Amino acid sequence: MKSKWKALTRQQLFLPIFSLIVVLLINLVKDPGFFQIGLQNGVLYGRLIDILNRGSEIAILAVGQTLVVAVSAGTDISVGSVMSLTACGTCMMLAGYGNNSVTELAVPMGVGICFGLLLAFLCGCMNGALVAKLKIQPMVATLILYTGARAIGLVLCNNQITYIRYEPYKYFGNFLPGCPIPTPIFIAAAVIALMALFLKKTALGLYIQSVGINSRASRISGINADMICFWCYAICGLCAGIAGIIASSRIYSADSNNIGLNYEMDAILAVALGGNSLGGGKFNLSGSIVGAYTIQAITTTLLAMGVSTDQAPVVKAIIVIAIVVVQAPAFKQMLANRAARRSAAGKEAVG
Amino acid sequence: MENNVLIEMRNIRKTFPGVVALDNAQLTLHRGEIHALMGENGAGKSTIIKCLTGVYERDAGEVYMDGVEGNIWNHSTMDAQNIGIATVYQEVNLCPNLSVAENLFIGRAPTGRFGAVDWKTMNRKAQKIMDDLDIQVDVTRNLENYSIAIQQMVAIARAVDMDCRVLILDEPTSSLDDKEVEKLFRLMRQLRDKGVGILFVTHFLEQVYEVCDRITVMRNGQFVGDYTVAELPRVKLVAAMLGKDFDDLAAIKQEGTGKEKGEVLVECKNMSHKGTIKPFDFVIRKGEVVGLTGLLGSGRSEMVRCIYGADRSQTGTETMGGKEVHIRQPLDAIKLGMGYLPDDRKAEGCIADLSVKENIMLALQARQGIFHRVSEAKQNEIADRYIKELSIKTPSRETPISQLSGGNQQKVILARWLATDPEFLILDEPTRGIDIGTKTEIQKKVIELAGKGMSVVFISSELEEMLRTCSRLYVMRDGANVGQITDENGPITQEEVMSAIAGGDSHEK
Ligand SMILES: Nc1ncnc2c1ncn2[C@@H]1O[C@H](COP(=O)(O)OP(=O)(O)OP(=O)(O)O)[C@@H](O)[C@H]1O
Ligand SMILES: [Mg+2]
Repeated sequence: MKSKWKALTRQQLFLPIFSLIVVLLINLVKDPGFFQIGLQNGVLYGRLIDILNRGSEIAILAVGQTLVVAVSAGTDISVGSVMSLTACGTCMMLAGYGNNSVTELAVPMGVGICFGLLLAFLCGCMNGALVAKLKIQPMVATLILYTGARAIGLVLCNNQITYIRYEPYKYFGNFLPGCPIPTPIFIAAAVIALMALFLKKTALGLYIQSVGINSRASRISGINADMICFWCYAICGLCAGIAGIIASSRIYSADSNNIGLNYEMDAILAVALGGNSLGGGKFNLSGSIVGAYTIQAITTTLLAMGVSTDQAPVVKAIIVIAIVVVQAPAFKQMLANRAARRSAAGKEAVG
Repeated sequence: MENNVLIEMRNIRKTFPGVVALDNAQLTLHRGEIHALMGENGAGKSTIIKCLTGVYERDAGEVYMDGVEGNIWNHSTMDAQNIGIATVYQEVNLCPNLSVAENLFIGRAPTGRFGAVDWKTMNRKAQKIMDDLDIQVDVTRNLENYSIAIQQMVAIARAVDMDCRVLILDEPTSSLDDKEVEKLFRLMRQLRDKGVGILFVTHFLEQVYEVCDRITVMRNGQFVGDYTVAELPRVKLVAAMLGKDFDDLAAIKQEGTGKEKGEVLVECKNMSHKGTIKPFDFVIRKGEVVGLTGLLGSGRSEMVRCIYGADRSQTGTETMGGKEVHIRQPLDAIKLGMGYLPDDRKAEGCIADLSVKENIMLALQARQGIFHRVSEAKQNEIADRYIKELSIKTPSRETPISQLSGGNQQKVILARWLATDPEFLILDEPTRGIDIGTKTEIQKKVIELAGKGMSVVFISSELEEMLRTCSRLYVMRDGANVGQITDENGPITQEEVMSAIAGGDSHEK
């Protein structure tokens, strides 16, 4: 029994899932109606749905961020800004440059969205090139777009908030007609499924881990380490783009200053919460996903408990620190050593 | 405690999840002796050392040291250093991105008036240490610029300089040449005469008989016996280690000798790499085993790195199977059917956290390409095959390679290249840290593969081993290929090679 419990707690997914459950239970105690899901105006509503819905962007970002962390032992801090840039690029295309509110699209919706995603992808490529080819510290390399991308977006939108008052554009962040489940949940599920499938069917996962652990040895063994690193950043950029479209569609506009604000932090925390080492190497995508929804659950809970928006991050930080410390290998080692010493001392006393 | 005993370890037990690494192990080290710790790969030699120095916490057992009160529990390597135990671990654990001098003085740097590091004194002292050992390095350059052999010497110099009572050397000679080994032995004897107790792990039996006074043998984590050198001749030692009789010196039949040579497989003309190796020519035929010999830093490894594309050659041409090839990176070489086992296992071989299976599969997967994933069933089959064939001691194929003993890690990396079934295989110190039983197996394997048409380049700091396997030797000196020795007029002899390495005139037989 005891050893089974030990084996269970040693599972990488144990803590992320455990913390998610704790957060949900706290909610349940505070508000017995927490798990209720109702149907109103033909769409589902309820806290749980809310968490799943709002957590979509973080989950999508976490997919890209996981790869980046694993391959380069660094983080892409530009994803929030890239979300904003994507939103601005898309809305600018759809509205036509200089217009700040339209009901008719200037170009087909697909063209606008592809343009936005292309921008995001290029941002990812730029980060990738800086890190993989020029060997710049990931944090520093992505700092460029962290500050730059949002500003470029503002320029694209001519310094104003561009509204797309065109019904189908709202679908991505809200509901498809006749469907009771929010669209972002589908998009997030699709991104996750696609990545999971890709990791399962190709050797990408092996390559990423191998490069992240020892890129010199990987190169000698025939892996193009720089290329793998580059592509991880490119994919991360693309994920930021998809999240940006959702965020923009929710408010059917491109609010350059607010879209994706602080999302990079949530994405990085999601990866860490998922039990992935920020030192790179081995990774677990499902951990990051669970981590993403845990973060969202914490945020939602805090807001529901009446913690104000500007204080919520403080509480979030404390919770996250606690969870990350408990997962830290050094902490685990400390516990293990103490246990070993105690059992040895016990044996001595007996013998 | 018995007189003259410096360290006594009794009933040591250490388990890792799923593995009993040490069980009832014991060790007694006396003052002023060189004590060999022997055993197969995975016998628990490194683990018992780490239990002593505080890298691991033992599960049970007692450790006593002369002059230290009671049962000792070292919780960190610092604790061990403080009571006078200096250690050179099997895997060099210095900081590659610090200078040689910094590495020598980490944690004990000479300080100036305001507690700041006195760089001048430090560099001067460091240079003196290295000069005394007769090793040419610039102590202000980063350690990563130097070969694994030099790094090993730096680690040794650091430990020796620490004014210790106990010196532990875990396979310090695994990549050293005879000349460096000689220097090290001289140093060890000096320390022994000063009363230091030295614990020495090696897989080279001759070295044991050359410097050691006593031998402790371990098998499967257990204590087998503690003998004086005189009472344990070589055959008995091998039997004690393996638990069965085994003649590792049985001549391997030189099938390559006198055999009709195949056509030329790889030919290099005038290739070079700036700063490491001068323009060289190289040729190898199908089914041939060619050795590279020369002193430390003579450019053996650099030459094969150039051929394989690990370092890109700036001049000259390379042809394979008669066609000119342009290798820009290792992947190109692998696709052409080459393989390269690097000498620096930690930096260029092991992918530490990945499993034994993934480590074995890596190069094969790379050759197939990212979109052609090797199926799980095939992966398992290949991994199991090599685990059996090379007798890799591991709890399972899913165990992270970092949890294997040093010699077993080496076998995994070797398996990685054998799994790709290359036409042209470069082996740089393939038997580094591998026990005598498996070493002979690997030599046989190389000859067998050559018999099937594979061309092999074999580099080893152990000349003996190359003479057994190679039918031709290139002689390297100061980064240049200065000649070759063939076995056309009878087997190559040790004297021949020694004189060619040392000799001034280029040697052509
Ligand atoms: N960190 C670890 N985690 C799990 N198992 C380990 C760990 N370190 C060592 N082992 C196991 O303990 C056993 C003894 O390993 P050890 O490294 O002491 O062998 P060794 O005698 O030094 O061998 P070698 O000659 O190959 O260096 C091996 O079976 C190994 O798998
Ligand atoms: Mg060892």
